[in-house]
Amino acid sequence: MWEQIRSNQTRSVILVAGMGLLLLLVGYFLGLYFFDSGIGGLIIALVVWGVMSLFAFFRGDNILLALSRAKKISRDDHPRLYNVVEEMKIASGLEKVPDIYIIDDPALNAFATGRDPNRAAVAITSGLLQKLNRDQLQGVIGHEISHIKNRDVLLMAITAVLLGTIVILAWYATRILFFSGMARNRRSSSSGGGSGQIVILVLAIVLMVLAPIIAQLIYFAISRKREYLADASSALYTRYPEGLASALEKLAASTSQLKSANKATAPMYIINPFRKKGMSASDLTSTHPPISERIRILRSMAGGASFADYDQAYQQVHKTSRRIVPASAMATGAIGLRAAGLEVTEKEPDEIQRARETSDLLWRLSDYKTITCDCGTKLRVPPGFKASSIRCPHCGRINPI
Amino acid sequence: MTWYIIVGVVVILIILFIVTYNRLVRLRNQVKNAWAQIDVQLKRRHDLIPNLIETVKGYMKYERETLEAITKARNLAQQVASSGPAVRAKAEAELSSALGRLLAVVENYPDLKANQNFLALQEELTSTENKISFSRQYYNDSVLSYNNRTQMFPSNMVASMTGFKASEFFEVSVAGEREAPKVSFT
Repeated sequence: MWEQIRSNQTRSVILVAGMGLLLLLVGYFLGLYFFDSGIGGLIIALVVWGVMSLFAFFRGDNILLALSRAKKISRDDHPRLYNVVEEMKIASGLEKVPDIYIIDDPALNAFATGRDPNRAAVAITSGLLQKLNRDQLQGVIGHEISHIKNRDVLLMAITAVLLGTIVILAWYATRILFFSGMARNRRSSSSGGGSGQIVILVLAIVLMVLAPIIAQLIYFAISRKREYLADASSALYTRYPEGLASALEKLAASTSQLKSANKATAPMYIINPFRKKGMSASDLTSTHPPISERIRILRSMAGGASFADYDQAYQQVHKTSRRIVPASAMATGAIGLRAAGLEVTEKEPDEIQRARETSDLLWRLSDYKTITCDCGTKLRVPPGFKASSIRCPHCGRINPI
Repeated sequence: MTWYIIVGVVVILIILFIVTYNRLVRLRNQVKNAWAQIDVQLKRRHDLIPNLIETVKGYMKYERETLEAITKARNLAQQVASSGPAVRAKAEAELSSALGRLLAVVENYPDLKANQNFLALQEELTSTENKISFSRQYYNDSVLSYNNRTQMFPSNMVASMTGFKASEFFEVSVAGEREAPKVSFT
């Protein structure tokens, strides 16, 4: 089953190839218009694209993590999160546990990054970490891990770079066209060959306007498709679609937006960081399918946790016969669901406990020491604190550091 | 002309053979790798148990039999650690149910539930149980796709020629161990 996931990407690859073609077209016409040589324009387009690709390939994940101000944690910092990531790594058959990062932000979100599965990272906001119980956390991490496993990170990076190149070329070309294009045009029409030049001018303008829009729509289409696939994979790994469904429900209910997200990184998050309330189901200009729809699909997976079950649920919710997971991935037999894990029962650390856990972690990550006084008060000692003992402001005891 | 066609067909067959063979090798390695994963997690559980017993012993004065049953099941499981999936699955299921019995009575010992050491152990044990079932899940899925390849036409011809044999599933036979993370601390 796992080796077949690669073949699912065929359609995405075709879309990416379409975008590449669009880029070449833009380059060719720009060249034709500005220096009377299509090849020259092609070369410029390819050079811009190449530089951006190299940059994204080698530095992209670091930039993304730095931009979102994520902090790396180890097993001891948050054993439960680490264990859940490790569990999902095992379920997905990844070779290496991805690095785990925490973003200090009350907004609820998570993302995965890394150009290949051996250099991957998952990041989760502190807000989400304290909101989710173990089963829900498993669902979310399963979703992120499947972005890594299905190579979505790489795919989306390639697509984003193509989109960026097209947008940049079109942007500069329209500026030049408006400010110096007229002079250039007069010159060439006086030297004959007028009608051909006009056709090229019109084509170039149309391309400049349409190419970025088309590229963006393709980008969104790929992104949404990968989101569905990641949901399906998460259900398959955890054998428990309800976990992800109820996690998404919590995500949908929250209204705070992530401070550090930006448009380029949006597809990597578990939900669209820029979503607005009441986004319609047929929204073409979104990186993510509407959450309510994703929840409904996951909840309709009555029969089992396989891709076939997800597909069936998708068709049921959308009332279509279109498949979201290509048939090649569904060759295996029935895969049963499992019961809720132990954490749903009363033993689970409740939200207050989880909030304490998370805030302890965040203080520790900022190099604060936490001392628990005998009266139960927690004292946070900043990293620059020089004295050897501290007085508890609550009960007056002197605590050694 | 006919010679060209014959040579062409032969070349295509050889290429197909190589591709199929390589895919079989990859699947077999995946099965082996998945098995190693299960092994790691089962060992981890064996290693956690002495620690668990040590922590719990002081609190649970009246559960001597339960604790002994766990130690016994663990030793048995360790003895068969190098056997095939079927034998191991049985011993490990035994251990799981013994652990389940212990953790079922934890509720009667509030002091124990407040012990930080025990809480950490409980998280480790829960996660190890999960990891065991996830690695089993991955192993069984890998075995399924590998076995399909060795039995389905035409790859079964390559498989039988080059000695690929179907692998054994890691089945859980004891009732109640079927739902994945079974250890319930409540």
